[in-house]
Amino acid sequence: MRGPALSGVFLLLAGLAAAQEIPFPERRSGRDQMAPETRAMQADDEANPGMLWVLDGADLFARAPTPGAPACAACHEAGALRGVAARYPAWDEAEARPVDLEGRINLCRTRHQGAAPLPREGRDLLALTAYIANQSRGLPIAPPADSRLDPARATGRALFERPLGQLRFSCAGCHDAHWGRHLGAAPIPQGHPNGYPLYRLEWQGLGSLQRRLRNCLAGMRAEPFAPDSPEATALALYLMQRAAPLPVETPAVRP
Amino acid sequence: MRPHLLAILVALGQTALAPYRIEGDAIPLPLGGAAGDPARGRAIARDPRKGLCTLCHAGLGGAPEGDLGPDLAQVGARLDAGQLRLRLVDGRALNPGTLMPSYYRAEGAERVGAAWADRPILEADEIEDVIAFLLTLRPEAPR
Ligand code: HEC
Ligand code: HEC
Repeated sequence: MRGPALSGVFLLLAGLAAAQEIPFPERRSGRDQMAPETRAMQADDEANPGMLWVLDGADLFARAPTPGAPACAACHEAGALRGVAARYPAWDEAEARPVDLEGRINLCRTRHQGAAPLPREGRDLLALTAYIANQSRGLPIAPPADSRLDPARATGRALFERPLGQLRFSCAGCHDAHWGRHLGAAPIPQGHPNGYPLYRLEWQGLGSLQRRLRNCLAGMRAEPFAPDSPEATALALYLMQRAAPLPVETPAVRP
Repeated sequence: MRPHLLAILVALGQTALAPYRIEGDAIPLPLGGAAGDPARGRAIARDPRKGLCTLCHAGLGGAPEGDLGPDLAQVGARLDAGQLRLRLVDGRALNPGTLMPSYYRAEGAERVGAAWADRPILEADEIEDVIAFLLTLRPEAPR
C-alpha cells in the first residue's frame, strides 16, 4: 500500500512542479533557439523582411487617415513612442479595461482621427504596430506597476496554466515545463511575446501575437480567443510579465 | 429514416464511448471486444495529425520525432496489451500530471474547438489498432 500511495504523492508534486514559472535569470528569447541563419536574418535590417512593414508603418504614421483628419504624427513626434511597446497592454481610462498596442492604435483612430478601426491582421494595423514596437527595440519589457491590471494578469496566468482543448494541454505544460524539448521537429520555445509582430517564413508574412496564440490553441484543438477579447488581452498581459526583462526585438523572424 | 431520428443516432454514435474496466495498471479487455490490426495501427501512430504519437515519441519509425515522451522502440516487450490500453485510454489515471493526452475520453475537456467537440481523440477500434502495432515493437522484430 505504502509504495503506490507515496508514488502517487510524488507524481502529484511532479505535476505541480510543472506549473512553476521560469525564474528571471533563465528567461530566454525565442531567438536563442533559432538556427544561426534565421538569427542573422533577424539581426540585419537589410535582410529582415519584417522591416518592410516597419517602413510601411512609418508612412502610415505620417499620413492623414482621411483627408482633413490629423495624422498620428500630428499628435506624436516621430520617435517619441520609444518605450511604449515595452509596457503594453496598458489600462485605458475611458474604456476602463486593459488594451493591447493594436487596440490602442484603433482607439486613437476612432477618438482622435475620426477614422474606422483597422482590421486585426490587416496589413495597415500590422505595419503601424511593427513601426511603433520597433522604436522600443532593445528596451527591456517593463510591465507597468498598475494595480488595475492585476485582475486581468491573474486571469491570464490562470488561462496559461489551465488545460484546454481536446488534447487538454496547457500553455505552461509546454512553455514552462518542457521548453527546449521538441514537439515533432519544432523546438519548444519559452513562449515570449517580445518579438511581435514578427515575420514568419511559414506565414510568408508578418503576424501578430494573437495570430501566434491562435496557432498554439489550434494545436491544442481548442477554440481560439478573439483578438481584443478580455481573455486575449489577459493572456498578453501575463505573457509580458512572464517575459520581463527580455528586450523587445520587433520585428523578430521565425521559421 | 426520419431526419431527426438519424440526427439522434449520429449524436449517440459520437458521444457513446465503449465501457471499460481498470484493473491495477491495466484495462485487460479490448475496447468494443475485437482485436486490432497492426498495419492500420502503424499508420495511425505515425500520422502527426491523427495519432500524434511521433510528436512526442521516438521509436515508432515515423519522422520527425519529438522528445517529450519515452522512446517506444521496444515498448511491446515492456508492457502488455492491457497496460498499453490504459496508457492510451487515460494515462492521467496513472499520472495526473502527464503531458500525454487521454485518447479515449470525451468529458472533462474545456474550450474544445468545434471540429473536435464531444469526441475522443481516437475511436475504440483505432485504439485497438495502435495497441496491436505497439505489441510488435520488440527487440527481435524488424520495424
Ligand atoms: C503542445 C505544445 C504547445 C502548447 C500547449 C502551446 N504552445 Fe506555444 N509554442 C509551441 C511551439 C512548438 C512553438 C514554436 C512555434 C512553432 O514552431 O510552431 C510555440 C510558440 C509560442 C509563442 C511564440 C514564441 C516565439 O519566440 O516566437 C508564444 C508567445 C506561445 N507559443 C504562447 C503559447 C500560449 C499562450 C499557449 C496557450 C494558450 C501555448 N503557447 C500553448 C508549443 C506549444
Ligand atoms: C504530448 C505528448 C505525447 C503524445 C502526443 C503521446 N504521448 Fe505517449 N507518453 C508521453 C509521456 C510524457 C509519457 C510518459 C508517461 C508519463 O508522463 O507518466 C508517455 C508514455 C507512453 C507510454 C508508456 C511508455 C512506458 O514505457 O511506460 C506509451 C505506451 C505511450 N506513451 C504511447 C503513446 C502512443 C501510442 C501515442 C499516440 C497514439 C502517444 N503515446 C502520444 C507523451 C505523449
